[in-house]
Amino acid sequence: MGLTIRFGGHVAVNNVSAEFSPGTLTAIVGPNGAGKTTYFNLISGQLPASSGSVKLYGEEVTHLGAAQRTRRGIGRAFQLTNLFPNLTVLENVRLAVQNRAGLGLNILSLWSDHVEVIEKAEHFLHRVALGDRRDEIASALPHGDKRKLEVAILLALEPDIFMFDEPTAGMSADEVPVVLELIHQMKEQGDKTILLVEHKMDVVRSLADRIIVLHNGYLVADGDPAEVMGSPIVQEAYLGMGVADNV
Amino acid sequence: MMLTRILSGDFPRSRILALSLLIVLAGLALAPFLFPGARALNVAATICIFILLVASYDLLLGYTGIVSFAHTMFYGIGAYGVGLSLYKVGPTWGAVFMGLTIAVIVSLALALVIGLFSLRVKAIFYAMITLAVASAFAVLASQLSDFTGGEDGRTFSVPEVLRPGFRLIEAEVFGTAINGKLITYYLVFFTALALFLLLLRVVNSPFGRVLQAIRENDFRAEALGYRTVVYRTLANCLSAVTATLAGALMALWLRYAGPQTTLSFTIMMDILLIVVIGGMGTLYGAAIGSALFILAQNYLQALMRQASDGLTAVPVLANLLHPDRWLLWLGVLFVLSVYYFPTGIVGKLRNLKRS
Repeated sequence: MGLTIRFGGHVAVNNVSAEFSPGTLTAIVGPNGAGKTTYFNLISGQLPASSGSVKLYGEEVTHLGAAQRTRRGIGRAFQLTNLFPNLTVLENVRLAVQNRAGLGLNILSLWSDHVEVIEKAEHFLHRVALGDRRDEIASALPHGDKRKLEVAILLALEPDIFMFDEPTAGMSADEVPVVLELIHQMKEQGDKTILLVEHKMDVVRSLADRIIVLHNGYLVADGDPAEVMGSPIVQEAYLGMGVADNV
Repeated sequence: MMLTRILSGDFPRSRILALSLLIVLAGLALAPFLFPGARALNVAATICIFILLVASYDLLLGYTGIVSFAHTMFYGIGAYGVGLSLYKVGPTWGAVFMGLTIAVIVSLALALVIGLFSLRVKAIFYAMITLAVASAFAVLASQLSDFTGGEDGRTFSVPEVLRPGFRLIEAEVFGTAINGKLITYYLVFFTALALFLLLLRVVNSPFGRVLQAIRENDFRAEALGYRTVVYRTLANCLSAVTATLAGALMALWLRYAGPQTTLSFTIMMDILLIVVIGGMGTLYGAAIGSALFILAQNYLQALMRQASDGLTAVPVLANLLHPDRWLLWLGVLFVLSVYYFPTGIVGKLRNLKRS
């Protein structure tokens, strides 16, 4: 049984089954409203599935909330920038590192005494080229930098599964390579599972090992990039020229 | 360096604020010697207790973003716990600790239950639930009159050391008798100070940082792997226990526990006003706000009487400044302060420095 979620009568994700293995980058594509982000929400636990199950290394995690799934290694970056707006850039990342270090319930030590946490957060900020903006308030950053901060937070969680939801959306052309290079490096490590929702087909072509196509909540194609991109159903579905409801 | 440890690295970050805090601290520390008289000492003790009470509320409202109306309930549990225990068992330290222990356990249990059941729901529903529970508790306290003394409350004796008749040494120091009242005052002062510094540490700990993250964006905090319901419930419990301790201090100070001094909704309103006036999300706001508010509450009337008497020749002004209008002026002060300092006194002072 694949993953399904219904909102009243509307089925946003309909019986989608897929398996992702370490060392591969899977791109999830489809027109607007196809259910890509909703599918992400089901995997990372922001939404409860109406039916179907999510398994991590064979272990059932369907009943777990988002926080517990994060702790088990499912890391998520959001499409609509989702930061702590009034905290500093560094603090946004530091909070992710802090959880990773298991310090959240430490109630009597001083946060600033955990130098290793701060240094690690700085390291992740440098990786997305935000090192010199560490003390700015997150909401004051330009859009492109907010997207980069979102990526830095995901890196700081050090997950096994990286979920990028349109990481380069709204970025200026000269900022895009920073993020793509990061994703590329991660892929080169060879032990991470990467899921990427992306609209820019050139990006998908250059990074993806596999492509999944969603359309109206259904999985309509799944396989090797060249094969999937060439198939008529995808041409139709992705370009939004035809309606393929019952595939 | 030492100061950094004591203040948990959370400095006032404004000269005027630091100076005001020092004045409040010195004023309270030396109150029995600087301001002789029962009334002045009572005001000072009330300020100490309110600083603690308001600071513990700010942990919820300002740091975690939880709106609760049940804070006076926990305050009342502390006062009644110690009060009724002293009333029933007699004036011993054993009774004080027994009452305190029971009160803390009751508060913890209630905070835990309210937290687990209702911190999952939206903020407005949580506020409503706490309002309902607190009202029910206040009604219960006044209805169980055989046990609690009802609307009249209970007057009781405290351990001998704390009684006004007790003399530690016969001689007077700077014209002030070293009696039980003075000892009680310093018990209140130092307990409040220690617990305030402890709260300051909590809000500057990794845990406190998570609370602020939850206030900013609880959805995101959850996605980082923090189980927000656990953190909210813990904050709720911590805040409740601190309020309970504040209530216990109030009972020891007044040698009385009753609905008007602890459970009343008026006190809940006062706490809310002080947090907002002082500045939400900063414990120093609780200190400055409490000092100003309690002083205004106690001395504004007297000040107005003098002004009114002096202006008898001017008909409208004299009437406006009549001591009976003091609540009106307090209201005006509140509206103006919210309008001009939306971030509270502390926020305003810190911004002054930046600009």
